[in-house]
Amino acid sequence: MTISVLPSELACPLPWPDPARPLLAARRLALRRGARELCREFDLEVHAGQCVAILGRNGAGKTTLLHALAGLHDVGKGAAALDVRGEICFGDRSCADWPPVQAARFRGLLPQRQPMPFAASVQETVLVGRHPHLGRWGWESAADVSIASAALDCVGLQGFASRDLRALSGGEQQRVALAMLLAQTPRLFLLDEPLNHLDLHHQIAVLELFRALAACGRGVVMALHDLALAARYADIIIMLDGEGGVELGTSGDVLTARSLSRAFGHPLRRIEVDGQAVFLPE
Amino acid sequence: MMPVRPFAAHPFAVLAALALAALAALAWALCAGSLAVSPGEVFSAIFGGGDGEGMSVGVVRELRLPRALACFACGGLLALAGTLMQVLLRNPLADPYILGISGGAAVGALGAVVLGLASPWMDAGALGGALAAMLVVFGLAHGDGSWTQTRLLLTGVIVAAGCGATITLMLALAPAAQMQTMLFWLMGDASGASRPWPALVVLAAGLAVALPFGRDLNVLARGQLTAVVLGVDARRLRRALYLLASLFTAVAVTLVGTVGFVGLVVPHLVRLVLGNDQRLLMPAAVLAGGALLTVADTLARTLLAPQQLPVGVLTVLLGVPVFLFLLARHSR
Repeated sequence: MTISVLPSELACPLPWPDPARPLLAARRLALRRGARELCREFDLEVHAGQCVAILGRNGAGKTTLLHALAGLHDVGKGAAALDVRGEICFGDRSCADWPPVQAARFRGLLPQRQPMPFAASVQETVLVGRHPHLGRWGWESAADVSIASAALDCVGLQGFASRDLRALSGGEQQRVALAMLLAQTPRLFLLDEPLNHLDLHHQIAVLELFRALAACGRGVVMALHDLALAARYADIIIMLDGEGGVELGTSGDVLTARSLSRAFGHPLRRIEVDGQAVFLPE
Repeated sequence: MMPVRPFAAHPFAVLAALALAALAALAWALCAGSLAVSPGEVFSAIFGGGDGEGMSVGVVRELRLPRALACFACGGLLALAGTLMQVLLRNPLADPYILGISGGAAVGALGAVVLGLASPWMDAGALGGALAAMLVVFGLAHGDGSWTQTRLLLTGVIVAAGCGATITLMLALAPAAQMQTMLFWLMGDASGASRPWPALVVLAAGLAVALPFGRDLNVLARGQLTAVVLGVDARRLRRALYLLASLFTAVAVTLVGTVGFVGLVVPHLVRLVLGNDQRLLMPAAVLAGGALLTVADTLARTLLAPQQLPVGVLTVLLGVPVFLFLLARHSR
């Protein structure tokens, strides 16, 4: 699955009207759950064409931050309520002003693995992503089916359409989830650990795919665990230290041995190989 | 490789076949019995108009038609309630009774028997008990506003357990003369069902309300987070699901008692054939559930005639082998 050219079904129909206006803007955003501070106030702008990586140790709040950026308020969590301060805008409007279906056409979220209790084919799973594009009585059309199969091609799952989702391997299920997100064709992609369960080849292919999507006028924000891949594929790094501290900047600024060692609680060394950063745990 | 579901490619053929099966089940229910009536006589008894003459017209119009329609409506309601409950709890093992609705209805109905009230009070008790259980579970599960699947399921199961104990207590204390009425009600029995129209109206209206949300239900079955991200108001949808499924269950149980198995197995059977698209699953489950209960009730009153069996026993005896067969064939 090496994507050189995006299939026409998934390429952006229209360029982002005003390149100076960010797709996603968070102003004075601060997150806190109960007594625990997840992020102290920070500003973020994601422009069309940009990839942003969120890094941090387990439980630092990467998923919570992604959900907040998606405009979701604590879905299905019984735990202490999340307190979101500040403003999040999609385009030039606050995300709270977007009707849910409009928002679903604008931004998509790849959640971490969702268990599926019912049998389902791969194709019907990917077609679920078309939901916000169909009316109340609408059925998936031939155009939707061709978008779904283009999405499956993009993640290297040609010929899997009629397979049962639950019979697939973890990595294949992850790629089906990615295909479902692609079929949603949002402008802004929010990815919660998109590389989970993927082998090395598919990790690179997925990151290349989202770089290609960004290049045609979209924005990407992803929570990652691989520091070297984050340094290589992200324009902006957001690093959460788990105690409320937020470092934001380019990989050269943020991904220093000192701040990484502090954020991850383990000493690290930064090495440059052929101009690319590699991080070695001591 | 064998496709997952051989009939899924022709959903409307499946729906048409189910509609024919439902009609055939109703026709059989009208013809069969201690007084055999030919299909022609049935046709003229129903559509012939006029006062009608002879015993067969009276038997078909006054006895068999209301009972057959009541069974069809209840089977359809239970199957539809089961389908919705399985999506709501995202659990293929959920059935309409899992959240204590039937337990509440049973406490109400048996309470009326124990108090020696007439049979209309049994219906009122059942409906009142079901609605009370529904409100209690809804209120308690709501709690901190989170309304998670686990919390809902646990609250329902606990309320159902409480009702179960109350039922056992009433059975233990009841005089022997009332025992058979109570046991038949608990097993599900359609012999007293003479007013099918309210249930049929609820079934038709409920299906009409639920069908436009079929695709939303498909999305919700993928998980609440996925649903919210795709623009579905999951919170409101889940509440509506709970209220609809509970209402359907309450109406069905009031009419024929706690008929088992239809609400659990029919959605499963239909899912094995059609897949998990709720837009097809809901009407198919209504037709299949209605047909199943109608056939089971006809068997219940003809197998050992003039002895009548409780229909709930028949649904289980019919459903178990069919389900095991399909499951065994499917896993290969």
